[in-house]
Amino acid sequence: MNALQTPLASVESGAPGGNGLRLVRIVLPIVVLAIGVAAWELVVRVNNIPPYVLPGPAAVFQTLVSDWPILSRSLLATLQTTLEGFVAAAVGGIVLALLFNQSKWLEYSLFPYAVILQVTPIIAIAPLLLIYLPQQTAVIVCAWIVGFFPVLSNTTLGLNSVDRNLAGLFQLYGASRIQTLRYLKLPSALPFILGGLRIAGGLSLIGAVVAEIAAGSAGSGSGLAYRIAESGYRLNIPRMFAALLLLSVAGIVIYGVLALTSHLVLRRWHESAFGKES
Amino acid sequence: MVDPSALFESGPRQAGLAVSLRGVTKVYDNGVTALGPFDLDVVKGEFVSLLGPSGCGKSTALRLIAGLSTPTSGTVGVSQPSGRVRTGPAIGFVFQEPTLMPWTSVRENVRLPLKLAHIPAAAANARVGQALKQVGLAEFADAYPRELSGGMKMRVSLARALVTDPDILLMDEPFAALDEITRFRLNNDLLTLWRDLHKTVIFVTHSVFESVYLSQRVVVMTSRPGRVGTEFRIEAAEPRGEDFRTSVDYAGYCRKVSNALAPLQQKPPAS
Repeated sequence: MNALQTPLASVESGAPGGNGLRLVRIVLPIVVLAIGVAAWELVVRVNNIPPYVLPGPAAVFQTLVSDWPILSRSLLATLQTTLEGFVAAAVGGIVLALLFNQSKWLEYSLFPYAVILQVTPIIAIAPLLLIYLPQQTAVIVCAWIVGFFPVLSNTTLGLNSVDRNLAGLFQLYGASRIQTLRYLKLPSALPFILGGLRIAGGLSLIGAVVAEIAAGSAGSGSGLAYRIAESGYRLNIPRMFAALLLLSVAGIVIYGVLALTSHLVLRRWHESAFGKES
Repeated sequence: MVDPSALFESGPRQAGLAVSLRGVTKVYDNGVTALGPFDLDVVKGEFVSLLGPSGCGKSTALRLIAGLSTPTSGTVGVSQPSGRVRTGPAIGFVFQEPTLMPWTSVRENVRLPLKLAHIPAAAANARVGQALKQVGLAEFADAYPRELSGGMKMRVSLARALVTDPDILLMDEPFAALDEITRFRLNNDLLTLWRDLHKTVIFVTHSVFESVYLSQRVVVMTSRPGRVGTEFRIEAAEPRGEDFRTSVDYAGYCRKVSNALAPLQQKPPAS
């Protein structure tokens, strides 16, 4: 009896399987979050841990609300820096890749330095930049340095991944360099460029935070990372957590926006935008 | 590159030629001789198949005629369109794969050659519409390539080759990846187009049956390096159709061509 029922049940639940699975994928992380937060609160209360050692989630949330005027201003400052760094990284990476694609000489001359900029830890460069540049500029330059390389290397890869036969077709019809770039290379590279931008978004935030932390002790900045450093000196631990929470949310939103943009742009033609069933 | 001025001396014998290859060889950078010496004359309006095993240089010959590749030695001559305003190259090329731009619609894919030649939009639209009608895809103009079947993609590719109204159509195993039913239908449509539009067609294939069915002349090529082996003239009542495909004549031609092909394939060491 049981042996007969089991496959039947699985068939029934199999019908809405797609939706059910999607629901599970949303619900499970939320459950984990709820358990984690509850355990954290419990540990703090049971052990009577003072807030300057470890604040409970309730205390963090309370600080988030009460310090919102300060924190929101810092959030805006950090977001603005990130955005400026991101735009600079996107434009710089794409333009540099286009130049490299047009001129091998330029690529051979400059590419090693792009790699050097990328592999030198940004946290070590930031203090130097802060000496030579005004603080706001230095922060943006940091965000740019970490962000531009993925855009550059992805765009280069994309521009070099053009279908050989399509390239032959353009040659056959006497396409100019500009036409080939505009109608063939750029559209071919678009999925790669969008992938690079998605990485650069998160990295720009990291660059901005690193520079703010480095500037923290000397500067007059007001970004979220500066708030974290400042709150650390004042042992205002709940505010540190609140600022950290905001940074994390900002990172998630940036990633989400870029992923959505990528999906919307590619949904009609690129494999990545289609589900497994098609 | 094919030198556009390296055309035929205007001799009476050569006046009717669309394509002429003389002692053409192609040696790749790694030292492999892919072709030649190779000689081929194709008369205007002729349907010629180049038939041979994989790697016999037939695609290389086609790319040389199209100017996508330069010969190591010898001359490649392609006739220029006469008596009408030139709006594009004299050559249309259909690749083995549909080779469509996945990011844009069927209409834009077919329009591409006109766009690259800076043809005004109004004139281009009319010709794109006409080319799509010729291949029976008028209703699919706004579809994206990935929404089409393999046969339909190939038709789009054909429409794109026809849109500039070229004199010469070069086809590189265009139907090789299609199922037999679709391939038969496309064979018939191609023959109809060839009769209606009076194009010169050079068709590369490794299918004996396809080459005999389609062509007026089958050129069997030898392997490594690619040369002209045997030539067959296929005489059949026009227009050809399913009657021809099932006829005794057709079977006879196929046997003869297969026999010409068979010893060639045994010659190179097993690889």
